[in-house]
Amino acid sequence: MNKKKIYPQWFLILPLALYIVFFLLPSIMGILYSFTDWNVRSKGELNFIGLKNYIEIFTSNKNYTEGILNTLKFTVVSNIVKLIPALLLAIMLQEGLKGRNWYRTIFYLPSVLPFLIIGLTFTSILNYNNGLLNTVLDALHLDFMKQKWLSDLNVVWKSIYGVDAWRGIGYCMTIFLAGLNSIPKSYYEAASIDGANFFHKLKYITLPMLSGAITINLVFGLTYGLKVFDIIYVLTNGGPGHETEVITTYSYQLYANGYYGMSTALNTILFAITTVIGVCVVRYMSKQEVQQ
Amino acid sequence: MKKTLQNIIKQIVCIFLSLIVIAPFYMVVINSFKTKGEAARMSLRLPTEWVFDNYIQVIEKGKLLRGFSNSLLYAVVATVIAILGCAMAAYIISRRKTKFNQFVYYFILCGLFVPINYVTLAAVLKGFGLADTRLGMIIAFTSSMIPFCTFTIRNFMVSIPVELDEAGVIDGAGPVSLFFSIIIPLLKPILVTAFILEFMAVWSDFMTPLYLSSKSATWPMNLAVYNFFGKNQQYWNYVFADIVLTCLPVIIVYLLGQRYIVSGMTSGAVKE
Repeated sequence: MNKKKIYPQWFLILPLALYIVFFLLPSIMGILYSFTDWNVRSKGELNFIGLKNYIEIFTSNKNYTEGILNTLKFTVVSNIVKLIPALLLAIMLQEGLKGRNWYRTIFYLPSVLPFLIIGLTFTSILNYNNGLLNTVLDALHLDFMKQKWLSDLNVVWKSIYGVDAWRGIGYCMTIFLAGLNSIPKSYYEAASIDGANFFHKLKYITLPMLSGAITINLVFGLTYGLKVFDIIYVLTNGGPGHETEVITTYSYQLYANGYYGMSTALNTILFAITTVIGVCVVRYMSKQEVQQ
Repeated sequence: MKKTLQNIIKQIVCIFLSLIVIAPFYMVVINSFKTKGEAARMSLRLPTEWVFDNYIQVIEKGKLLRGFSNSLLYAVVATVIAILGCAMAAYIISRRKTKFNQFVYYFILCGLFVPINYVTLAAVLKGFGLADTRLGMIIAFTSSMIPFCTFTIRNFMVSIPVELDEAGVIDGAGPVSLFFSIIIPLLKPILVTAFILEFMAVWSDFMTPLYLSSKSATWPMNLAVYNFFGKNQQYWNYVFADIVLTCLPVIIVYLLGQRYIVSGMTSGAVKE
């Protein structure tokens, strides 16, 4: 069989060309332009300014480093907040609960909604004066729990994690459920006969057999967390003050104000962080493929 | 006895969580039918007077029809191009395992993690004369989907036996007709899944239009709603009506295509 004839190489051209021109090229240009003073007033004339943008990011009093740290913090915390409840929920639904298909449909529903919509809806729900959350707390005589959810420095991150969990738990749960469904029931029966309790089963059967689902959840979760923008932009726009700024919100602000060079410098930092993590994950996946 | 008690507790937990999920939806829908003053109180009570006019107002004032047709155009065209192109690429990558093709595959996979640099993408589009055009938006959406589509379709392609290709060749099929008449029908499940997931992704995407479209003529529904909200923050009745209209299409697609979504998301989550 002539492979060249049956599988023509030109089948690759369209996606590869689009990927290179509109994905890769902007990324490379981003790195190059981050060393220039590119801004809204520079008309085709860019000056090479070396590391000045980066020095500005790490030394200025504008808290850019805080934004970078916030991105990392969000990535870690938001994933913990979602993955553990999602796993518990999946285990609960797995064991033949009545109406579980309904629950699955309902729990997954928020993750299909546009972030913008979720953000707008929760801007209203978390409103201090007459938002739904404080109204419900009032009605339950839990006034002491009432908060300025989006404007109190000590509470705002928790609100963001809460909204993000509302959106994302069902998504993670669905992936866990698929993994759980593939574990043979006989394993659990055998373990029960040997006198294993819930935690033994979790540690020795469920978690090891779920490694595929856990990997997928972690990969999705990491990339989502590092690139987070919409939900924070709509809920707090980085505020109060600069409390909830992340890399992408700073980067957008700089872009909107015409500081393109600075904006791409911040993007390049994000690019570097995700590339390191991405390369590790792709390597891991290609190794797994060899093993199969 | 212990089992039934356990089940009751589980049911209570699930019902409680379902209420937490559904309450915001209920609040938005019910308040979208109230007058301005009543909607601002954001309560869960039924409206004293049902105001259907809110919807007509937002569709006219918020220019939602144009936003809707833009969103539909971007979502359908970008997704179809990306899926067809990526299916062809995935076919070659999984069938002709040359060093070059393997490299191309992992090279494209990197795009799953790397963030798009919108600032320079806007400059590239401008260079092609595509800034602020519908075609430019479609190209931006299509290229952003390529890593994910190539990845999922290629994973599925591996399970289609090569013998089918050989049988097709013996029957005298050329490469193009082989691909379109034998491979594409076999790929249908994953193509449907990828279509649904990417359709919803474009519909929900906020960042791409925020960076790339400054003219209201090219705004998708998302951006039209956001800008409308910026101007009408006191009119929660309108905002809620806007939210309902933007959500409806994705919720309908979700309920119809639920089966495919779950199977696509989880391919790879299951150990074989």
